Amino acid sequence: MIPAPFDYAAPRTIDQALAALAEGGEGTKPLAGGQSLIPVLKLRLGSAERLLDLGRIPELRAIRADGDPLVFGAAATHAAIEDSAAVRAACPLFSEVAGRIGDRQIRNRGTLGGSLAHADPAADWPAAVLALEAVLVARGPGKVARSIAAREFFRGLMSTALAPGELLVEVRVRRPGAGGTAYQKVRQSASGFAIAGVAVVLEYGADRVCKRAGVGVTGVADRPYAALAVEKALTGRRLDEATLAAAAALVVEGVKDPLSDLHASGEYRLHLARVHGERALRRAAGLAPA
Amino acid sequence: MKLAVTVNEKAHEHEVEPRLLLVHYLREVLGLTGTHVGCETTLCGACTVLLDGVPVKACTVLAIQADGAKVVTIEGLEKDGVLDAMQQGFWECHGLQCGFCTPGMILAARDLLDRNPHPTEDQVRGGLDGNLCRCTGYQHIVDAVLHAAKKRGASAAPAPSPAATAAPGAGRHA
Repeated sequence: MIPAPFDYAAPRTIDQALAALAEGGEGTKPLAGGQSLIPVLKLRLGSAERLLDLGRIPELRAIRADGDPLVFGAAATHAAIEDSAAVRAACPLFSEVAGRIGDRQIRNRGTLGGSLAHADPAADWPAAVLALEAVLVARGPGKVARSIAAREFFRGLMSTALAPGELLVEVRVRRPGAGGTAYQKVRQSASGFAIAGVAVVLEYGADRVCKRAGVGVTGVADRPYAALAVEKALTGRRLDEATLAAAAALVVEGVKDPLSDLHASGEYRLHLARVHGERALRRAAGLAPA
Repeated sequence: MKLAVTVNEKAHEHEVEPRLLLVHYLREVLGLTGTHVGCETTLCGACTVLLDGVPVKACTVLAIQADGAKVVTIEGLEKDGVLDAMQQGFWECHGLQCGFCTPGMILAARDLLDRNPHPTEDQVRGGLDGNLCRCTGYQHIVDAVLHAAKKRGASAAPAPSPAATAAPGAGRHA
């Protein structure tokens, strides 16, 4: 399979990339790791007049995991995040999610920002950034960066809050407090995409009372979402078996029209999200698997 | 566009179309047909090559993205008539049937051992999940990787990296 012809440019700085994006308009597509965009071009599901390769902009690849928030350049690869001992120590949910995307070859190319901006409804990163209430930083033609809450970012099927001419440049993740995290997913066995995936952040102390709950769900609806009903059912409550089971039943609350395809019906996806939601909640709460 | 790339330690320069895929560059421009075209959809791993030292699927990388990079293909592993330890492992353990997936398997498996020199069988299976064998000859492939790990261990092996050996799902933070 060979893509239709396009032009190619490889800017060396974010400013150069933004200028090229402004000048090129609609037909200019940013190319991050290319693990979604190149297949789209090859299958001719989409086209580009010009690709803007973001892979040669060093400032976009940086990972700073020593402070709070953790700061990830949008072009940090999944593998770089997976392999970072500092990320593992500060935010194990990010390490876990990174390590479960696709396969190692894909993780060596694919990037955090590329995945978020592409906004595949079954991608893994959205669940994590929703659970962690991350902040996504975009840059447009002006010098001023715009911060977008992860929970405001996903607007519909493969549609985001990024405006034309804007680039996602950075993801900021608040360091979770004491407690536990988990990401649980059922993989589509060929692609590794989530048939249902649930990311959980629970903050609690020795009394096991939940101070904060964050739950992100992917693979189930037309866009990844935060399971607000689950978070509400857990916050301020003691994290015991019954509370977690009751909360897990709410993982798909409000999902009217679940995704359905040859891999899994909508009904089955809802079921998997509830089951794996409960497993993720139990793991994050430090309970043995049911 | 002008592409300058080092493949198996040899420098090349060619004028290429931006849409040319790395796998087609290797096979059709350089004649290195050891890198196979399988599914063409980033699933099967038959086109795996090392790009600046890490395995990637060459059907999902533009040749121009490799400008200035070092690429290693299956043809680059043998040195002076001596097979690389992983190639030798596949040879000794019959780690192939039809052989189509083998170049990708070997390159992915080498990277796996570079990151985790003493993997368990499960870690080998998990670590090669980006490579499919249509013959389903996985058992001997896994045997070959474990055999190569043992042989490599007998010579000097680097210490395991914590990231590569950490158990998945250890998600508790203090």
